[in-house]
Amino acid sequence: MDINAWTALLAATIVAGTPILFAAAGELLAERSGILNLGVEGMMLVGAALGFIVTVNTGNHWVGLLAALAGGGSMAAIHALVTVSLRGNQVVSGLALTIFGSGLSGFLGKNYQGIPMNYGFKSLDLPVLSDLPYLGAVFFRHDILVYFSVILALFMWYLLYKTKWGLAIRSVGENPQAADAVGIDVSRIRYLCTIAGGMLAGLGGAYISLVYAPTWQENMTAGRGWIAVALVIFALWNPTRAVLGAYLFGGVEALTFRLQTMGINLSSFFLAMFPYLVTILVLVVVTIRRRQDAGAPQALSVAYDREER
Amino acid sequence: MKRTPVIEMKGISKRFPGVIANDKISFRVYPGEIHALLGENGAGKSTLMSILAGLYRPDNGIIKVQGRAVKLDSPRKALEAGIGMIYQHFRLVDNFTVAENIVLGAPKSPSKINREQMETETRRVSQSYGLTINPGARVHQLSLGEQQRVEIIKMLYRGCEVLIMDEPTTVLTPGEVKELFEILRAMSRQGKSIVLITHKLNEVMEIADYVTVLRRGRVVGEDRIENLDEGRLTRMMVAREVAYSQVKRDKSVGQVVLSVDRLKVQGDLGYLAVKQASFDLRQGEIMAIAGVAGNGQKELVEALVGIRSSVSGTVEYQGEEINHLNVRERISLGINMVPEDRIGTGLVPNLSIIDNSILRNYYKEEFFTGFFLNYKKVRRYTEGIVDKYNVYFSDLKHPVNYLSGGNLQKLLLGREIEQKPRVLLASYPVRGLDVAAAEDIYGLLLKERDKGTAILLVLEDLEDIFRIADRVAVMYQGSISGILEVNKTSIDEIGSLMVGAQLTGVENG
Ligand SMILES: Nc1ncnc2c1ncn2[C@@H]1O[C@H](COP(=O)(O)OP(=O)(O)O)[C@@H](O)[C@H]1O
Ligand SMILES: [Mg+2]
Repeated sequence: MDINAWTALLAATIVAGTPILFAAAGELLAERSGILNLGVEGMMLVGAALGFIVTVNTGNHWVGLLAALAGGGSMAAIHALVTVSLRGNQVVSGLALTIFGSGLSGFLGKNYQGIPMNYGFKSLDLPVLSDLPYLGAVFFRHDILVYFSVILALFMWYLLYKTKWGLAIRSVGENPQAADAVGIDVSRIRYLCTIAGGMLAGLGGAYISLVYAPTWQENMTAGRGWIAVALVIFALWNPTRAVLGAYLFGGVEALTFRLQTMGINLSSFFLAMFPYLVTILVLVVVTIRRRQDAGAPQALSVAYDREER
Repeated sequence: MKRTPVIEMKGISKRFPGVIANDKISFRVYPGEIHALLGENGAGKSTLMSILAGLYRPDNGIIKVQGRAVKLDSPRKALEAGIGMIYQHFRLVDNFTVAENIVLGAPKSPSKINREQMETETRRVSQSYGLTINPGARVHQLSLGEQQRVEIIKMLYRGCEVLIMDEPTTVLTPGEVKELFEILRAMSRQGKSIVLITHKLNEVMEIADYVTVLRRGRVVGEDRIENLDEGRLTRMMVAREVAYSQVKRDKSVGQVVLSVDRLKVQGDLGYLAVKQASFDLRQGEIMAIAGVAGNGQKELVEALVGIRSSVSGTVEYQGEEINHLNVRERISLGINMVPEDRIGTGLVPNLSIIDNSILRNYYKEEFFTGFFLNYKKVRRYTEGIVDKYNVYFSDLKHPVNYLSGGNLQKLLLGREIEQKPRVLLASYPVRGLDVAAAEDIYGLLLKERDKGTAILLVLEDLEDIFRIADRVAVMYQGSISGILEVNKTSIDEIGSLMVGAQLTGVENG
């Protein structure tokens, strides 16, 4: 492979990592508040379907994006209702929403299979930076959503670690009793984080159907929602690490694609396993190191009831 | 001059499934007062104060702060009204630093977190009360005493005028208790009010200005400390009327079954919880262990059933030393126990009545057909138990946590009695039960005694002791300070032993 092929591969890596990054950032936010959302895959699918359908019908991809945000957000609102207000089981609710989302998106998109789409996000070459040799091609000749996803992750890091709201969110995920006792509204924070997380999952889905592979196909997210869930663990619940992780997994995806076009026969099953293998490895390492302040939020997936002992 | 109370609670009631935790309670606190809220376990102290702190919602009653009626329906509202509570189980985020815990949720803290400023603030508040703490340390690195300090600073930082502390001294060493009291006095001098929840009389006498005593969800007495002494407080706390022994017995007691000699047992905090315990337990008698909670009763019982190992001394069962036997081996000898927390240790909350009833002996052949549990047989066994022990239920298949406290206890006690124990140990068997349920439990225990079982009960309510026990061993600070025949003693005598008085002419065995 020559140097240009490499830059192309790296640029493809970033594009492939972007939907995962959106979804993972959303999941991370929800989990930081103590809500495990296993509905990401379903929310991404609904986002992808709605984003595509609305864009085709309105001719405006921004409206399509809004629809995807709303779709993911509403499904997450159901998750919040079930798990925060009704204190239902988070795993069950999340899995149900994934199955529901896969069915719903298939139903909505039935008549849109394979329709081409001519609207979309143009590449936005950043002035000066995009002219840098190699680096410019890899990092600075992308559509606006790619830049936004990175800014979003960095913003989330700032929010969580540098502001009092972030402190509040983390405290709710660590110890809702403690948060409640100092007057933090546990339910409100959990609702907000879960819904915002679902919106980001929807956005991640729409990125796939509008930019990455501009079309609609049933189940087109192909497990990226699950990768996002795994990525949160891989990132040890830290948004900046999630960026790196997303590009690592995106790189694997881009590489798989590239190797196939080059006729090299590395089993695609092996590559599909890769993100999960890495996640398991990370889990093992983390558990061995057992650093209290770097692990999962202590109250993750535990419902909070003020009057319960 | 008539001062307005900072806090006035009137007619506060609160029910939990199966218990009335607070029954029309009225409670007042004046500015600068150190107010002790005294009562045995389960009296409703924590519930009452959790209501004041906005954590629980009362079913009835009104609350006034500085003379104005308020609705404290969340901890935030209570904090805004200047009321802060330090719970028995601290509410701190373990992974956060001290400073982070202190500014967490405080309206006045700036939006952008500035570590340095946060830690300076923490230091400023802590130093103004002479509390030393390292603001950068993470909470999980701190001792319980230090964590308590963080809680106090947290409330001071929020400018609380009323500080509620729930049993603050249970996690402290004696030295730390002294320090804490100094801090509380300093706060009181600055006009802040403190509510100290406790069941320790000496602490009340040492620090309180005013005492309110709760018993079974009601206020049974209140007064300024000058008008009280430990004896009167004990009486208020454990019994309303002077009790007398009601135990009627036809048979005399039999052989010694359990003999405990100079037993020493280590507590969780590392020092000896039981310093000296010697007694004999005979067939067909009920012996009560009396004492204010936390004087070693729990550790003693745990050592007897084999959950906790002893440091020295011996436990003999029918003449044989059993120190080295584990729990299961002791059970097979016939030493059974009804633990303090019915649900959790005693019964599995989410399993059905049926499943819980055979937890002890599910492996017995009588329940099996070949390889499988035969639920017909099991059900018949369970029906036998609920019938015999009067357990009220709606469905045997429902999880036991739907049962009320009394029925839980009957099920648990019934299950243990069905094992035909030779020695039965029970901790606080009627705690939190209503009168009727308590009667049923007494009845079961007395019947069991008359069958010849040796029964050891940990009790704290003197009325209960007079109602049911033949003898009483009083524990104080890890030692048995006296063993008395119940029908030859008085409430005053037991009460004074409970607070550390020496018995003249100690009777042993
Ligand atoms: N959250 C709760 N849910 C159910 N029952 C409770 C709860 N809190 C307290 N109780 C019950 O209310 C009674 C009073 O408890 P509590 O206020 O904790 O007493 P104290 O603090 O005086 O020991 C007890 O019978 C207890 O079992
Ligand atoms: Mg209590």
